[in-house]
Amino acid sequence: MKIAVCIKRVPDSETRVKIAPDGKSLDEAGVKFVLNPYDEFAVEEALRRKEQAGAGEVVIVCLGPAAAQETIRSALAMGADRGVLLQTDRIPADGFEVAKALAAELKDGGWDLILFGKMAIDDYNHQVGPMVAELLGLACVTAVAHLELAPGTGTAEREIEGGIEVVEFPLPAVLTTEKGLNEPRYPALKGIMAAKKKPLPTKPVALPPGGIEVLALLPPAERKDGRIVGEGPDAVAELVRLLREDAKVL
Amino acid sequence: MTAVLAVLEQRDGALRKVSHEVVTGARRLADGLGGEVEALVFGTGPVRGTDQLAKYGADRVVTATGAAFASYAPEGFARAVAEHAQAGGYRAVLFAASATGKDLAPRVAARLRVALAMDVTDVAMEGGAVTATRPVYAGKALLRVQLGGAPVILALRPNVFTPVERPRPGAAATVALDLPAGRVIVKHVKAAAAGAVDVAEAPIVISGGRGLKEPANFKLLEELARAFGGSAAVGASRAVVDAGWRPHADQVGQTGKTVSPTLYVAVGISGAIQHLAGMRTSKVIVAINKDKDAPIFKICDYGIVGDLFEIVPRLTEEIKKAVGH
Repeated sequence: MKIAVCIKRVPDSETRVKIAPDGKSLDEAGVKFVLNPYDEFAVEEALRRKEQAGAGEVVIVCLGPAAAQETIRSALAMGADRGVLLQTDRIPADGFEVAKALAAELKDGGWDLILFGKMAIDDYNHQVGPMVAELLGLACVTAVAHLELAPGTGTAEREIEGGIEVVEFPLPAVLTTEKGLNEPRYPALKGIMAAKKKPLPTKPVALPPGGIEVLALLPPAERKDGRIVGEGPDAVAELVRLLREDAKVL
Repeated sequence: MTAVLAVLEQRDGALRKVSHEVVTGARRLADGLGGEVEALVFGTGPVRGTDQLAKYGADRVVTATGAAFASYAPEGFARAVAEHAQAGGYRAVLFAASATGKDLAPRVAARLRVALAMDVTDVAMEGGAVTATRPVYAGKALLRVQLGGAPVILALRPNVFTPVERPRPGAAATVALDLPAGRVIVKHVKAAAAGAVDVAEAPIVISGGRGLKEPANFKLLEELARAFGGSAAVGASRAVVDAGWRPHADQVGQTGKTVSPTLYVAVGISGAIQHLAGMRTSKVIVAINKDKDAPIFKICDYGIVGDLFEIVPRLTEEIKKAVGH
């Protein structure tokens, strides 16, 4: 099994968002960056598939700034074999430009699987995986919550509104992973030490801005201060009255 | 001239409700362009509900029929939409950012080699350009963008574009498309429990957190949801999903679903920032928590402090009386 996993360095989900002076980006001062949580499922799945096959290679591919080397190392510490950083300080808002850069790196790689998290928790673009599949002409299933593989073929389950789609696809394929697919392992000390010695070349890339121009990054609409209707079950009647007469949602 | 293509969804031969929202968003853009809205839906035959689309502003409804369209076929649909969009020369192509739309829209954008704005909550024409607003960092900030490319592609977040009646004379056409379904095949759909409503699309969401104490106590929330008469879904915080009490499909928050229901009731949820991010765009938020200092009370519209095991059953009774179920 030769598997590529595309990952992203993102602000931790507990980050309080402060907007930078340019009014268009995140103020990164004091922000803790982590491996995108959905990508952890992709890394874990790749490792398990390689372990089951008994042979193969798991390669981490990441587009990002120099600091993303640390993010790649965290995936190598989980057990991936090597990484490559497509280094750029500016990731365009247009996910198709990101997809083109990744597809250029991945093409002709002889991959059995190319895995992505279903989305990154910073830009919520939710598109790069299937775009890479289109560019490479590969089959693709998105938001995979359960996966079974057989020689040359696979079956995946993906959540849809009110149900689960059971999807068959041929290999090689691009899959994007949903939470619930597996339980990602924590890197052991041995893995962390080994990761330091694994190959991690850096390739500078320059991406055009593409078709999306950022006009502004804004704070979300403020919610007006709430009110405590009361304490205990006796407050319920008043709450229901407010929902009906004040908020008009009943 | 036709300006905007609205790609709609059906299931079991009937249009999904989110389709009216997509047509409403498309109408708004088409009005800014002085153009028409064409709605496109796939099926093996006529799709129920398409006759209602003119009411929401569709100038023309095209039903594309073919054996490949019995259920969602990612590659067949992507090819059909991309070819249709290319032939029609639309200014914009709109999808719902539903489970299907999130899968289909990126494939179509890549085929057309244009940008896609996902999970859009507002669209406008400004100075001849299409602008869109979309929540990022799970709703902790909003990104305003201008889209270039022909066509521009947008996927609209469900429950945000309230359908507006904008009657048009309307016209309907059926085209038979003989396309292969592609390599990726939906073999079947395992239906969720009868009557279950998805948290991402439900107009009312009742969510529970660790305050429920144990998984079995979620039945209190299910009873409350039922009291609303079938339109409410039960959601969950990350803590209880990680503990295995509830499936991930029900999780609301930054690593779960971002929801915008009319009414969100948070029960026994303290309100971690990553949960608040996922539900703060709800229209009305109710919080029930025993800790009066819980962060959830800072963003809720109405709060009750106290023991949820006393409050929720009373609320269920009162809602039954109020809505008559």
